[in-house]
Amino acid sequence: MNRIISKEYFSERVVKLVVEAPLIAKARRAGHFVIVRVGEKGERIPLTIAEADTQAGTITLVVQAVGKSTQKLCALNPGDYVTDVVGPLGQATRISKVGTVVCCGGGVGVAPLLPIVQAMKAAGNRVVSVLAARSKDLIILEEEIRRSSDEVIIMTDDGSYGEKGLVTQGVEKVILREKVDACVTIGPAVMMKFVAQLTARYNIPTEASLNAIMVDGTGMCGACRVTVGGKMRFVCIDGPEFDAHQVDFDELMMRLRSYKSLE
Amino acid sequence: MMDKQDITARRAEAWREELRKSKKAKERTDIPRVKMPELDAAYRVTCNEEVNQGLTEEQALVEAQRCLDCPEPTCMTGCPVEINIPTFIKHIEKGEFMAAAATLKETSSLPAVCGRVCPQEKQCESQCFYVKKLHKQPVAIGYLERFAADYSRLHDTGELPAVMPSNGIKVAVAGSGPAGLSFAGDMVKLGYDVTVFEALHEIGGVLKYGIPEFRLPNAVVDVEIDTLRRMGVKFVTDCIIGKTLSYDDLHQMGFKAIFVGSGAGLPRFMNIPGENLIGIMSSNEYLTRVNLMGASHADWDTPVLSGKRVAVIGGGNTAMDSVRTALRLGAETAMIVYRRSEEEMPARVEEVAHAKAEGVQFMTLHNPVEYLGDENGRVRAMRLQKMELGEPDESGRRSPVPIEGAIEEIAVDTVIVSVGVSPNPLIPNAISGLEISRRGTIVVDEATMRSCLPDIYAGGDIVRGGATVILAMGDGRRAAAAMHARLQSEQ
Repeated sequence: MNRIISKEYFSERVVKLVVEAPLIAKARRAGHFVIVRVGEKGERIPLTIAEADTQAGTITLVVQAVGKSTQKLCALNPGDYVTDVVGPLGQATRISKVGTVVCCGGGVGVAPLLPIVQAMKAAGNRVVSVLAARSKDLIILEEEIRRSSDEVIIMTDDGSYGEKGLVTQGVEKVILREKVDACVTIGPAVMMKFVAQLTARYNIPTEASLNAIMVDGTGMCGACRVTVGGKMRFVCIDGPEFDAHQVDFDELMMRLRSYKSLE
Repeated sequence: MMDKQDITARRAEAWREELRKSKKAKERTDIPRVKMPELDAAYRVTCNEEVNQGLTEEQALVEAQRCLDCPEPTCMTGCPVEINIPTFIKHIEKGEFMAAAATLKETSSLPAVCGRVCPQEKQCESQCFYVKKLHKQPVAIGYLERFAADYSRLHDTGELPAVMPSNGIKVAVAGSGPAGLSFAGDMVKLGYDVTVFEALHEIGGVLKYGIPEFRLPNAVVDVEIDTLRRMGVKFVTDCIIGKTLSYDDLHQMGFKAIFVGSGAGLPRFMNIPGENLIGIMSSNEYLTRVNLMGASHADWDTPVLSGKRVAVIGGGNTAMDSVRTALRLGAETAMIVYRRSEEEMPARVEEVAHAKAEGVQFMTLHNPVEYLGDENGRVRAMRLQKMELGEPDESGRRSPVPIEGAIEEIAVDTVIVSVGVSPNPLIPNAISGLEISRRGTIVVDEATMRSCLPDIYAGGDIVRGGATVILAMGDGRRAAAAMHARLQSEQ
């Protein structure tokens, strides 16, 4: 188990790994994540499952090398083993037919967005996906997203691909042009914060998939606690998805900086 | 479960009678209780070495003489796993240390653990004849248990406890903490094909992530786990029952019954302003980072925030473990903040004494009401409400009452919240039809530990809320006996 079957570079720092994990592949639903540990002295980090193949018994992880642990994971090659992969964790995305759904993802957030786009489409929704990144080479999984979307809008900060601008501009364009029944957002906390502010103005129900610092991922430590609707919730067991209009994003962003000086 | 005839028959063996007659009762009761050798406080806070050093052979031989080998050993009624206490102690008195260890292993899968972490003063030792009738200090049963278990570990001959021939029946265990290990040990002895599924990457539950090295070295736990493995117990890590494998999956894999020992991992917070500031964490997070993830070692990847002024909120053993860990991670000030007085503290007296000797400050009759942060969101101070003890409530415990207007502010840079745990909801949520109490615990029959689902048994903290290692082990034993009886009746 945990053998790396294939590795593909999306960009210099973003890698797609297909990992042998038959039990997780079988049990997982859209929105689930895994906890991964690289090396006996490694730390436990959460990663969303981007895709799973129950036939082949594999799961797909998209990893951006940002710190020590993600660098160690990205340095592994096909044939290598990931020391620990445990999951599927968290609550699966609530999928139902609501009408038109805008799914917006920023950077590597597009990877966890993919299974939600696929499930939303399969449930009979009209899906408009908005993908955003700093520049063209950081747009990932575009083809896979297109296969399950009725329309794809690409936004880049520098205008090197699609339209120039932020993810919120792409989302607002859709809202101004047609009735949007729901929105799903995954990406950096600050991006989700602004998407939530935008959709709140238009009263569009919005789910955000939160990224928090985690240790065990099974509810036993509370490192991932967030405030949602004034109540303390644990991202790993109550989430990772929450009503974006109820999330205290400023607190989430503050807590994500907890170990800044030690990273 | 306790077999009176067996106790009497063992006591009647010739060697036991001879040993009893070899010394007058008065000579025995005049021997003072042994003192546990321990590392010097100034030295031990600089490292993670085990504080209690264990009895020497000479000390154990003398202490064992204190045991009067009572015809009705009341001590045994105080032991949740019903160790035959007089038998193992008399083996020690005779110098047969391996035989003493074998006696322990008849009923306990983790004697070296229990000898170290059980609150004997509330269990076996509280029922000792010395306490009940002589008003003297009890026989040091825990120290002697630890001595015998350590002796057999250090003189391991590879010999295993007797295991019945395989009956081919598969049973599953969810969780590898004390309840699950105790259950697994009993079932494998009865000939079952036992698989233990553990969510974390290490076997042992709280024994690994919770209790620190200076109180329970991991090497000690690993030897006991390895014994179970050699007896035939299979261990699967990184596998969560209810997530990785469902109840249906376990049935399809041929498991005839399941024991749930998934613990009370969910930490409680106080829900007061500022509790989500950086530097405030649960004791579970703090201890897991340090004990399981090696956060105090430079070459391990997991970091931990541990500052110069650390406050631990709570008065239980977990609070003591956390505050003593903070000192070892370099805190200049480490304090316990507890809303009642020291008398009501649930922590073991020995742990409180060790903490004090190491320099921990005790702020009793204080309760945090708010945390204040700096411009980066890191906690910088706590506001404490002073308390006084009010009238006793129905349970006889005097409850703390705030003294109006008495609030003080104390500078801190790290706060560890250790105010208790709730049952982990993962398995209760995943298995439909399981009866769950309002507190989130799995409801079981007390005698059999069987849930409302006929093939699911449960024990330990998932049934009790936060309790002790030895109570969890007792539950594991009772569940094993009841499951065995049921599975045999179905054959």
